[in-house]
Amino acid sequence: MSFPFFHYEFLQNAFLTGIMIGLLAPVLGVFIVVRRQSLIADALSHITLAGIAANLMLGRSPGFFQGLNPLYMGMVFSVGGAIGIEQLRKVYKHYEELAIPIIMSAGIGLSVIFISLANGFNTDLFNYLFGSVLAVKKSDVWTVFYILLLVFAFVLFLYKELFLLSFDEEQAAVSGIKGKWIQFLFIIMVALVIASSMKIVGILLVSALMTLPVAASLRIANGFKQTFVLSVIFGETAVILGLISSYYLNLAPGGTIVMISVLILLLSLAWKKWRARKPILSE
Amino acid sequence: MSKHDNTAAVKIENLSFHYGDRYVLDRINFEIPNGAFIGLVGPNGSGKSTLIKCILGLLKPQSGRVSFFGIPLGRFKNWEEVGYVSQKANSFNTAFPATVYEVVSMGLFGKVGLFRFLTKKHKQKIMGAIETVGMTEFTHRNIGELSGGQQQRVFIARALVSDPRLLILDEPTVGVDAASVSNFYQMLKSLNEEKGLTLLLVTHDVGVMSDYVTHVACLNNQLHFHGDTKEFKEISKEGFSQMYGHHVHVLEHLH
Repeated sequence: MSFPFFHYEFLQNAFLTGIMIGLLAPVLGVFIVVRRQSLIADALSHITLAGIAANLMLGRSPGFFQGLNPLYMGMVFSVGGAIGIEQLRKVYKHYEELAIPIIMSAGIGLSVIFISLANGFNTDLFNYLFGSVLAVKKSDVWTVFYILLLVFAFVLFLYKELFLLSFDEEQAAVSGIKGKWIQFLFIIMVALVIASSMKIVGILLVSALMTLPVAASLRIANGFKQTFVLSVIFGETAVILGLISSYYLNLAPGGTIVMISVLILLLSLAWKKWRARKPILSE
Repeated sequence: MSKHDNTAAVKIENLSFHYGDRYVLDRINFEIPNGAFIGLVGPNGSGKSTLIKCILGLLKPQSGRVSFFGIPLGRFKNWEEVGYVSQKANSFNTAFPATVYEVVSMGLFGKVGLFRFLTKKHKQKIMGAIETVGMTEFTHRNIGELSGGQQQRVFIARALVSDPRLLILDEPTVGVDAASVSNFYQMLKSLNEEKGLTLLLVTHDVGVMSDYVTHVACLNNQLHFHGDTKEFKEISKEGFSQMYGHHVHVLEHLH
């Protein structure tokens, strides 16, 4: 057994977290993509960055924040941003997509201020931007595990409602389904998953893991369940291969994971095209 | 059907809906008897869709009352008894990855309830509804791959799967080709005659519809006519000029 992933604890941590994220991100991603809200993940990841930057800044001086895992502060900001998006969508009823750039720029603006106050970039921040296999601690693994359980229960028990709400909100209302609070819980789940994916994939690339596997599976899947299954398979493949190649090639895992997702997407596009041409070739 | 059941499927009393001082619906009184197949016609902007939304509780009228099977809308809970096929069904996201089976199963979600799963019995129900609309061979195809007429059948199956007593259809034939339209109306007619389903069909297509329905209602912000089809055909010429504000040719179908 010379495979280093089983020898070093930090690699085990990265691997376990990665496998959980490879499941979580595409599962929520399916709902995000079919509702045409793909950019929500981007807005929330940037507001999460603001939270992490705030924590790094506050942690410079001794006190409560020095010992605190920045992940929690990231989650607080992310959930706050999610609530902000929902509120803004109510204010701009006819320009719902406006909520996304508003929250995204607020997130970047805050991040820049906090980073400047903390006297610029350090390695920690670099890891949060692009992911790292070295930075995942045991406590991170457990945090992600609890989020996995929470999201899993949420999707399992509200699958019907989430599916109907994504397909046809009016029909959901006529069926007596309370769409508002389900949507609210959903966006909070998205916020939590984004914050927890941060250490592996990195803030700038986390939305890719929510959308690219789904984009690939949409091209070839038949039906909603199949879209789910394929998205998860693609997400897991990208995370596992991405982590291994990042370790051997000494690259940030965010980049390798996302580029493998892009590769899978290209393969699925090619496969679709090849299948479409097949009947003509066989004549 | 149901002669023992005298309460109307839908009763609308003195319903008004307005934006500012523009009345979209002006004191509508309207009753749908159990077992009827009602065609509700009216020009664009006559308030047809608004009326449907008020009936379903999606819009709140400024005055008036709606009741289902004798129960006021505010207290009505048995939404599985009311099937609804919206106009929007024609313009849904056709790239949505859902099979015919999955779309039809959505019709049961309200009935099954929160935190519960579909059982084997539900699955049979879904297959039955798909069969009723003649779409069995497409069960596992993506909804986006079907033609407009086929998609509309799937949405009818979705509305039928919870065994409703009343089916409300808002312009279901928009974007469906002419041959499919008459097949589609024929299917509705047999659901009405064979299963005793009460139907409210909203359409601006006056000609074809009148061969299939039992009653016609004409709406142009006010309700102008509400009676059986024969009577409607006799008065339709004057009725229409009054309603549409200019002369309208009513097509007669002599088959």
